[in-house]
Amino acid sequence: MSDPVQRPRSFQEIILALQTYWARQGCAILQPYDMEVGAGTFHPATTLRSLGTNPWAAAYVQPSRRPTDGRYGENPNRLQHYYQYQVLIKPSPPNLQELYLGSLQAIGIDMALHDIRFVEDDWESPTLGAWGLGWEVWCDGMEVSQFTYFQQVGGHDCHPVSGELTYGLERLAMYVLGVDHVMDMPFNSPDAPIPLTYGDIFKQTEEEFARWNFDVANTEVLLDHFVEAENECNAILSQDALDPKTGKRIIMAHPAYDQCIKASHIFNLLDARGVISVTERQAYIGRVRTLAKACADAFVQTRAGGWTEDAA
Amino acid sequence: MPDLLIELFSEEIPARMQARAADDLKKLVTNGLVEAGLTYASAAAFSTPRRLTLTIEGMLDASPSITEERKGPKADAPEKAIEGFLRGAGLTRDQLEKRETPKGNILFAMIKKPGRPAAEIVAEVLETTIRNFPWPKSMRWGTGSLRWVRPLHSILCILSAEDGAQVVPMNVDGIEAGATTRGHRFLAPDTITVSNFDDYAAKLKRAFVVLDPAERRDAIWHDATNMAFANGFEVVEDAGLLAEVAGLVEWPVVLMGRIGDAFLDLPPEVLQTSMKEHQKFFSVRNPKTGRIERFVTVANRTTADDGATILAGNEKVLSARLSDAKFFWENDLRIAKSDAGMQTWVDRLSNVTFHNKLGTQAELISRMEALAGELAPMVGADADEAREAARFAKADLSSEMVYEFPELQGLMGSYYAQAAGKSEAIAAAAQDHYAPLGPSDDVPTAPVSVAVALAEKIDKLTGFWAIDEKPTGSKDPFALRRAALGVIRILVENDLKLLLWGRLNSGFHEHFTRDQSMKIADSDEVFDKAIKALNLSPKTEQNIRRRISDDHREKAKAYLDGFRFVNTDDGMGKLVDTKTGETISDETLILEEDDLLSFLHDRLKVYLKDQGVRHDIIDACIAMEGNDDLTLLVKRAKALSETLKTDDGENLIQGFKRANNILSQAEEADGVEYSYGADIKFAETDEERALFAALDAAEAKINPAMAAQDFTDAMSAMASLRGPIDAFFDAVQVNSDNSTVRRNRLNLLSRIRTICSSVADLTKIDG
Repeated sequence: MSDPVQRPRSFQEIILALQTYWARQGCAILQPYDMEVGAGTFHPATTLRSLGTNPWAAAYVQPSRRPTDGRYGENPNRLQHYYQYQVLIKPSPPNLQELYLGSLQAIGIDMALHDIRFVEDDWESPTLGAWGLGWEVWCDGMEVSQFTYFQQVGGHDCHPVSGELTYGLERLAMYVLGVDHVMDMPFNSPDAPIPLTYGDIFKQTEEEFARWNFDVANTEVLLDHFVEAENECNAILSQDALDPKTGKRIIMAHPAYDQCIKASHIFNLLDARGVISVTERQAYIGRVRTLAKACADAFVQTRAGGWTEDAA
Repeated sequence: MPDLLIELFSEEIPARMQARAADDLKKLVTNGLVEAGLTYASAAAFSTPRRLTLTIEGMLDASPSITEERKGPKADAPEKAIEGFLRGAGLTRDQLEKRETPKGNILFAMIKKPGRPAAEIVAEVLETTIRNFPWPKSMRWGTGSLRWVRPLHSILCILSAEDGAQVVPMNVDGIEAGATTRGHRFLAPDTITVSNFDDYAAKLKRAFVVLDPAERRDAIWHDATNMAFANGFEVVEDAGLLAEVAGLVEWPVVLMGRIGDAFLDLPPEVLQTSMKEHQKFFSVRNPKTGRIERFVTVANRTTADDGATILAGNEKVLSARLSDAKFFWENDLRIAKSDAGMQTWVDRLSNVTFHNKLGTQAELISRMEALAGELAPMVGADADEAREAARFAKADLSSEMVYEFPELQGLMGSYYAQAAGKSEAIAAAAQDHYAPLGPSDDVPTAPVSVAVALAEKIDKLTGFWAIDEKPTGSKDPFALRRAALGVIRILVENDLKLLLWGRLNSGFHEHFTRDQSMKIADSDEVFDKAIKALNLSPKTEQNIRRRISDDHREKAKAYLDGFRFVNTDDGMGKLVDTKTGETISDETLILEEDDLLSFLHDRLKVYLKDQGVRHDIIDACIAMEGNDDLTLLVKRAKALSETLKTDDGENLIQGFKRANNILSQAEEADGVEYSYGADIKFAETDEERALFAALDAAEAKINPAMAAQDFTDAMSAMASLRGPIDAFFDAVQVNSDNSTVRRNRLNLLSRIRTICSSVADLTKIDG
């Protein structure tokens, strides 16, 4: 917290400042998960690692996709593809709030001039069978982060409890940089030989994906993909723990969870295409949740999930 | 007499839980102390976002020692019995007292229970309180197992007397009680050591924490109204928001900001809702223009720039929020004013489920349309206008604004209907058809609104009755009791005559007719079962699911639910139970209807009871013909209630019951019904003749009054019979030895019964 407050001038500086800050707090700085997800929580480094008794501390940027939020790049702060910064520490340290405030300082928010508030906001993910209690953090009336103490994930009680921090990077950066429209935000340094704005990089992709998400995505194919992912997930988990080839105990929790992530994203796409009725919606969410729970059940049977030979 | 100070210091407690938690802390701790013998002079509890505080003054420093007397066996009881008694009391034989009693010499034990020091009791009570605290939602954190609303960081627990303070030694899950707390998170984060409550409150104030929520509330309101007034504005009152905001800050600082000019033309409700729900801002009105032009936000701190940065940030956030709202408003208006107009939204509602057994919102709307059209002439509305109003009443559910702010449903519909050029009555119905939402909410009075409001509620009641989702006990997930009370209040308070019997029937028919019949048997799970039963490969199953026509789908569902749809000659079709082959007939509908009418009557009883009408009086009126006309029923019940409050009325009941009892006994004994032919020529006494005359006179008044449904007149005529009936019973023995006279008198009693029963079923009246 003793770093001098330096105002960042670009989106990437803010990301780098967060990376440096959380690395100094002892987090493993992971890379984004290489699949389409709706939020940083879906990264196995959060969903799966919050389960079981093994301690954990990780931070990472996660590109996130929410097809229904697409606005063809026109809305000043709504995007179908955006970045979240995610921190997960297990067990949650007693000074997690102070650590979090330190991170705001690290990205140039002067604590003496701003009004930071912790406003009740309980988190629940029906698709992950997960919930926790916490707050949305406000800076001068703007939500800049979600702060959650995980209580249950994949239907399992969290013991110990993980503390999860999620920063909506674009919104936070726009605030810090004083930019009104996301597309105008400097991505790299405005003084760079080739200065790039967020719009230079993402305006076109927002248009392209909005059109595809809303009007073109082939729903028949997507429906097939959903069922295929569901079947594959179940097929993976139905395998015997003992791998006949190596003779090792290999429970494939992560490959199964990849399929769960896939099903979840396909559901989001179908939702954006407007082909899912309200009743069906619940049913689809229930199907993804069933997969997430099965993956959680499998993960806690692995070493990373706290399983030991002795206990078994 | 020491004082006790407790503070439970945690991470931010949700604003909505703070007041209740402070009360619970006070109640649980003081109850526990008193139960253990520690009485006190006074107690008070406070809350801030980060602390719950309890101060107790004038508490005993130890619980008093008490002596409990226990009665034992007789002095000459067997040795074994006495030994047992000694064991139980923990005493020796020489410590027992022998007393002479009328039952002989009895042994008594005097068991001394020594008092315990306050600190010991406080530690026990507080630990129990913390471990069993009734938070609406609680959590664990870190590696611990303690539950609190958010992580609990410290416990301050001191007993203070004139000679100083003493920490109550205790430890809850690793949190050791102490004499310290912390000030404001940002303005004074350091540790503070306190010695008593006054010291605590004073030091907290110096550390930028206003402990008392009432003080924070008053300060916010005072500063906000002053600031607005100084600028020629007024703050829109909102007690709920004020309490919430006071729970979000320890050091309130009021700031007033501007709403961008671009947003001033949004409907004021949209501005207010957006600012309140998202930002917890108060709306500030310009009394000259009547518009909301400013906002008040409450920060949790002072800053070197007097809040300039904070205010600028808040204004920016509000702009972004309102840009969204404006975008929704303009998009919605564009659709409302387009050629297709609000029908675009109605069409979209065919993709929105109302209830999975009652079909989509669009289907609900078409049922409402039919019902509203049917109801219109009965409530003085134009049928076409009522149908149109019903068609568009829920269109706004598809609008972007209502998607964002569900609490604006109805209101937005009304704005959009106006923009679409609909009549004022139609626009009003969009908002008013949801009413009344509670017992104190106004009922709609405009005829078109009434027709649509009734249609909505009757459809809801009959629909959920048809699928057997009736309220049970405390469970009423679809708010059917509220809908029933709505029907009652709309009819009664508008003095509308509506025979519910036929209307409920129409409602049920809407649900059971051809298009809807399958929906009742609808359920995706059922369809899933059917497909699964075919044991197809996943690929084929998917293809079938996708390609199968809606018609097939519906039939498959109906079939599996045990019903089959059979075509009939009249083209209406009928629903057949596949197991029994029985047609789901009109009788089924009538049974449901009867049951629903009873439900409405039960709600009516509650409604009238609140207005001081006794429940037996309502029963006496429900037992009469025409009880599906609730307005008539209420008039009858109120008139009867008034009549029974008079001396004549009360005594008439006695006379009526006496007449009815004698008559019923005689009819049972004789096996005949005395119902005709009382003749004045067989009358023997003046009192008997007077009763004949009185009955003739009453009948002459009651019959036309009843025909005109003037219950007050009818009942006062009935009450006038009290004197003649009493006089008759005083003077006349009904069971005369002369059988002709006896028969004549019984027939006379029968006239009393007939006349009185034409007004209400008085046998149901208590007493």
